[in-house]
Amino acid sequence: MNDHTLLLGAVAYDPKVVTIWEGFKGWFHKHGLAFDYTLYSNYERQVEAHLAGHIHVAWNSPLAWVRAARLARGAGRRAEAIAMRDTDQNLTSVIVVRADAELGSVADLKGKRIGVGAIDSPQATLLPLSHLRANGTSPFTDFEVARHDRLAGKHGDHIGGEREAALSLMAGTVDAACMIDSNHLLFINEGSMPAGATRVLAQTAPYDHCNFTVFDDAPRELVNRFRELLLGMSYNDAEVRPLLDLEGLKEWKPGRVEGYRALEQAVEELKFYDDRGNITIADYQY
Amino acid sequence: MTIAETSPSRTINIESLSFTSGAHLLLKRALRDLPAGARLGVRASAPDFAVHLRGWCREQGHEYLEGDDQFVAWVARGASAGGRWRQAERAGLSDAKVNDAVRAVPPADWGFAARGAAIEAGGPSFHYALQRKEQVWAENVQKLYAQAVAAQWNPQTAINWEETSSTGAADEELERAVAQVMTYLIENENAALQTPARFIAQIHPHFREVLQLLAVQIADEARHVEVFTRRATLRGGELGLSTVSGRQSLKTLLDEPDFALATFLLSVLGEGTFLNLLWFLERHAPDPLTRQIARLVGQDEARHVAFGVGHLQYQLATDPALRERLAMAVTRRHEALSQTAGLNEEVFDALILLAAGSWRPEDIAAGYARAQTLKDEMRAGRQGRLEKLGFSSAEAAELSALHTRNFM
Repeated sequence: MNDHTLLLGAVAYDPKVVTIWEGFKGWFHKHGLAFDYTLYSNYERQVEAHLAGHIHVAWNSPLAWVRAARLARGAGRRAEAIAMRDTDQNLTSVIVVRADAELGSVADLKGKRIGVGAIDSPQATLLPLSHLRANGTSPFTDFEVARHDRLAGKHGDHIGGEREAALSLMAGTVDAACMIDSNHLLFINEGSMPAGATRVLAQTAPYDHCNFTVFDDAPRELVNRFRELLLGMSYNDAEVRPLLDLEGLKEWKPGRVEGYRALEQAVEELKFYDDRGNITIADYQY
Repeated sequence: MTIAETSPSRTINIESLSFTSGAHLLLKRALRDLPAGARLGVRASAPDFAVHLRGWCREQGHEYLEGDDQFVAWVARGASAGGRWRQAERAGLSDAKVNDAVRAVPPADWGFAARGAAIEAGGPSFHYALQRKEQVWAENVQKLYAQAVAAQWNPQTAINWEETSSTGAADEELERAVAQVMTYLIENENAALQTPARFIAQIHPHFREVLQLLAVQIADEARHVEVFTRRATLRGGELGLSTVSGRQSLKTLLDEPDFALATFLLSVLGEGTFLNLLWFLERHAPDPLTRQIARLVGQDEARHVAFGVGHLQYQLATDPALRERLAMAVTRRHEALSQTAGLNEEVFDALILLAAGSWRPEDIAAGYARAQTLKDEMRAGRQGRLEKLGFSSAEAAELSALHTRNFM
């Protein structure tokens, strides 16, 4: 790796990732930033490669951010979230039950079976389980957890796990399913769940999703230019709009890390990583 | 639903309408003309409305703000909302009769967009070889399209098939002659179907009327193939002979890569000549059915010729050098076909027999004279059309003489 070209790491959770980064690459080149990208098959590999200096900036899931921050701290370094999508801010997750279920509150989930997403999905597993625990019902002891592992290592970026949890709810094999707020509407509109057949039992507090992460040894000038170009992208610009549409945003925002506190807590509760960023959760194959 | 203005914010009561039943339409309408940052207070009573509103706002680029006693939530209009349409450009105007409605060179990225639509900027470039108005347009194209649509006929009902099966060509040999002429006509119609079809996907859809007219023209040819086939086999016989020279002559039409030249060779010279042949059949075919078919097909072909002449007149007005290329195309085709046998002998003999109506020597002599007259009419017709394109009488006569002996 040289310090003349900013090298970004991204996880290939979908074939469109190539289209997205080829598009951004062309756009950055046009605006004078030498830029290239490397794709990883999973976030764990990406975070480790990032710390090892293989890439300058990582397009990280929230869980990857948590691990990157811990790994950095363990190594006496510092991680920084430099930018994120507008759509990465203030998400909530919901715990959905069948409309006719006799479940009036989180407490009623005791003894039930809760469908979650993939083992490493912040939005469909870690955060909802933590929310339920905070409201008095603990996973594994008070209720059974039915995981829907799809593409583990991709931190739930692939929507398949959430959709399968929703389908399990409709099939009656689970009593509740966890998903992002907007996916509840999506699953209804796409027909995975009939309209009126479900209701939201509980909703987490708002949290944040992905960010561009750098460590303190990143080439400052390149990173600053990268961030400046990102924040300058306008949805009004016909050239860049298709890329923003593909990546699912209207504008890039400066990074912030307050929105990851709930996930830090969830990581602790499930012992997903230790405080030095080692993977400690059992049964995690990626 | 109620919308109330309390500047700089606005409120809306969506009542029990949910996001799973179209609530977003009312929200979009209420937010549409609010300035960026202005707030919309939302009252709603549908279950899970706030959950869905939050997700919707995030995806639309609006800010979701927690509600209070009165409102489920507030929505602050995002600055990027509507950004997609900020640089949108209107792609000409739908009515071609309005000045400048049809652009001389519409941008390639307008692609399939309707003429007159507001077009989001950007997108892929469509590579249309025929993207300039002068390459395809004709002043009479709208009128011809309207006529073409109004004049579509149903082969099943427009033609009196019943009557002919009993009264058709009385003589078996006359019937075979009809089948031979039909065989030849089908071959020509196949060329007239595929030659414009080659160009349709090369024409910028901004020139809507040209695409429409050519599409109907192709549908015309499809019907012609149908009725000629049906007529040829009406008495249970098979089709006639197809010669190498006939197919060679027609192949040069399909092989012509230039739209103007192909239009000239096919529509002006070929279909123009074909018109005389159809009129000949309308007068001399032995049975009313064949005469009826020739009349109906002739009406269609006359439109095809009118577009060919109209388009070339349009293009020649801006590009007079095209005339020289047209002349060269005729010469080139003549040379390419000079080593071929020319018209299918069987076809010409069949035409004589049809015009004779019997084997009596005096009738054959009359039929022969009529077939010679047909050739003269064809030549005169071509000459007249060439003169309409600005060729002098002498040039027109010379070029007309070089036209394929295969008629089309």
